[in-house]
Amino acid sequence: MHKAAPVFVRHDLHGKRVSLRDERGKVVLLNFWATWCAPCQLELPRFVEWQQRYGPEGLEVIAVSMDDDAGPVRALIEKLKPGFPVVMGDERLGLEYGGILGLPVTYLIGRDGRVAARIAGESDLNDMKSKVVKLLGQRDR
Amino acid sequence: MRQGLVRWAALGLVLGSTVLAGMAQVPPANSPTSASAIPQNALVQPADVAKMLQSGGKTVIFQVGSHLMFSQAHIPGAEYAGPDSQAVGLDLLASKVAALPKNALIVIYCGCCPWNRCPNMGPAYQRLLALGFTNVKAMYVASNFGDDWVGKGYPVEKGD
Repeated sequence: MHKAAPVFVRHDLHGKRVSLRDERGKVVLLNFWATWCAPCQLELPRFVEWQQRYGPEGLEVIAVSMDDDAGPVRALIEKLKPGFPVVMGDERLGLEYGGILGLPVTYLIGRDGRVAARIAGESDLNDMKSKVVKLLGQRDR
Repeated sequence: MRQGLVRWAALGLVLGSTVLAGMAQVPPANSPTSASAIPQNALVQPADVAKMLQSGGKTVIFQVGSHLMFSQAHIPGAEYAGPDSQAVGLDLLASKVAALPKNALIVIYCGCCPWNRCPNMGPAYQRLLALGFTNVKAMYVASNFGDDWVGKGYPVEKGD
């Protein structure tokens, strides 16, 4: 915790470049999920809502799918239209984030690029939202 | 104007949840293919599986969940045979056990998500029973493999 979040560059499922380093100055909600993960499916619509509501204040949600194939992920985001980038994860990214060995896992990264919280498993989304709002209120020094 | 935006956001939340609820194919808790339906006497705790490894004998272990998670960390000697929420995974599991005697001790595990949310363990267990195997044990992973195995300091391997 409070260490610099491992930076990465990926392309989302629309081919757009996604770089964590480019989000410095924003609060990043980095969510590891999968289409087969039931708790993840409960979280995603909330993240869509938060992106819409808090995006203007500097929130950026990045969703990293840990599905083995992109097919089901494409089908889901076509329906969900999340409004934030969805990228495919891999072993290397998982290991850089300490090993993603269960889902969901969400990292809250402050405007300074440091990990402020790691939230694993079925979580209290109201509590997570409170953490996000608090981070949004903190300016980058 | 703001009320209208709030209504649209709420509608979006409902629609999003509805879309996604249909996509995660987790059997209901009372379904025979739910992990929760695996009988108690077929469950084995991670600590006991760790002891099996220490005993030095060859234990047949299959991870029946996500390959991406398998490659990051798995029980030493385990083979990948998933994802068993899908037919392709069940067929892979069936192919891997085809040559085993029906009374062979087979341990299956997943750890993708909390036990009662796992879409893989129940179908894997039922498939092995349907194939005639009589000594199938399901490693009970309460939360996830990271917390319940790796976090406990049990041995791991990486890669394929």
